[in-house]
Amino acid sequence: MNWAGLYTVLSGVNRHSTAIGRIWLSVIFIFRIMVLVVAAESVWGDEKSAFTCNTQQPGCNSVCYDHFFPISHIRLWALQLILVTTPALLVAMHVAYQQHQEKKLLVLTGHADPKHMEEVKKHKMRISGSLWWTYVCSVVFRLLFEAVFMYIFYMLYPGYQMVRLVKCEAYPCPNTVDCFISRPTEKTIFTVFMLVTSSICIVLNMAELVYLVIRACARRGQHNSNPPSGKGSFYGHKLSEYKQNEINQLLTEQDGSLKDMLRRNPGLQEKGDRCSAC
Amino acid sequence: MDWGALHTILGGVNKHSTSIGKIWLTVLFIFRIMILVVAAEKVWGDEQDDFVCNTLQPGCKNVCYDHFFPISHIRLWALQLIFVSTPALLVAMHVAYRRHEKKRQFIKGDQKCEYKDIEEIRKQRFRIEGTLWWTYTSSIFFRLVFEAVFMYAFYFMYDGFRMPRLMKCNAWPCPNTVDCFVSRPTEKTVFTVFMIAVSSICILLNVAELCYLLTKFFLRRSKKAGNPKHHPNHENKEETKQNEMNELISDSCQNTVIGFSS
Repeated sequence: MNWAGLYTVLSGVNRHSTAIGRIWLSVIFIFRIMVLVVAAESVWGDEKSAFTCNTQQPGCNSVCYDHFFPISHIRLWALQLILVTTPALLVAMHVAYQQHQEKKLLVLTGHADPKHMEEVKKHKMRISGSLWWTYVCSVVFRLLFEAVFMYIFYMLYPGYQMVRLVKCEAYPCPNTVDCFISRPTEKTIFTVFMLVTSSICIVLNMAELVYLVIRACARRGQHNSNPPSGKGSFYGHKLSEYKQNEINQLLTEQDGSLKDMLRRNPGLQEKGDRCSAC
Repeated sequence: MDWGALHTILGGVNKHSTSIGKIWLTVLFIFRIMILVVAAEKVWGDEQDDFVCNTLQPGCKNVCYDHFFPISHIRLWALQLIFVSTPALLVAMHVAYRRHEKKRQFIKGDQKCEYKDIEEIRKQRFRIEGTLWWTYTSSIFFRLVFEAVFMYAFYFMYDGFRMPRLMKCNAWPCPNTVDCFVSRPTEKTVFTVFMIAVSSICILLNVAELCYLLTKFFLRRSKKAGNPKHHPNHENKEETKQNEMNELISDSCQNTVIGFSS
């Protein structure tokens, strides 16, 4: 299990995301994970071996390195990226659950042939109802994790510049000892780069949150001006309105012209419902 | 997530590129990314370990290395390649959006949709015209800008493209002036010149592609301007067809409604 494995897992979620969500995922994988793997890891590769202190006292080098770098930038970023990408799995699980429900429905209504089962797997879920709440929660968690890690970074390494020299007086170093960090400028450049991309991701997440909320309010406004009429069906009281539309589509699928006509004229949906229940 | 994954992502865009675009992508992957991974990374692998300064002063080597190499050539090239290949994703997103629209049309059963199969939509290659032309041209423009910026950054940081054998350093804590020796300077110069040359070829290819797209655009425009009669007729035909469809649909609706109510 490595970054490629994570990429495979999250690509599936991509299909059910909003457009902003897809852009966010591309930024994460190309400008953060890829840069981390391809460039940043080699910059920090020799951080301990090339950390030199002006002393011959054994142990001083290790102690000073540990004092100034409690957790390496690279590991912090790796943790951040893993935690930030995993809320998307909540959405993946919810989508899988909904698909499972749809498949059960297909079996109940006698449409359990492989072609329909495949279509359930392939079609894109609308982000509405409980899936909307799951999606919004995942975006909120992403934001939270990003903010927490940015804060931890700032606490551990105040200011984002990597200095060339640190003065260390931890035991067993004699008095105060000068220690020199390897490649400080290159590390500063990559630190700033990763912080900038992190901020871009935070902005994208906030934009996505705002977009989802506005869409939900707009849909609610439409809903209030066109009240639904899905009553007269045997399954209606057990299933949500969304599932009711799915059933209607499946039941009328045999009659292609009727299906086309219902799609183009939603006002006839009620009559369609009554007919399907007879 | 590594260069292989980038290759997979960008391979998809290849289908909708022009011929020059396809050549550019091949040059990028074979002569730049592959050379970077297979050869250049090993040349620069021991750049700090084998950077030797004529002093016993602890910390002097670190400081001098940092002073002369603020960012390693390898990392600069890696960033350049990532930035230069990502504008193609704009095109990929636009194509995916168009495909999505066509699929929606197909599913709705829109008679204007000329595809028989959803698979056909997935496989179809879109012509570079309309808004896709603008997206594609912008992506080439951004590529050019990024290439130029990185070439300039390279020249600015390393003052020419040659790697010297010896550097004289007097940054603290080095005592006075200290001689520092770079590892494999000739090999590094060879690869630097190679990467710069390929980068220039890519810039030329991008400029050629831009010119080609502009020429195609103006030719198409002059053709349309030269045949004004055909265009409105064609549009009228489409409109008439759509009107007929609409009439047929509304007729069948009426009949079905009557059928239901009885």
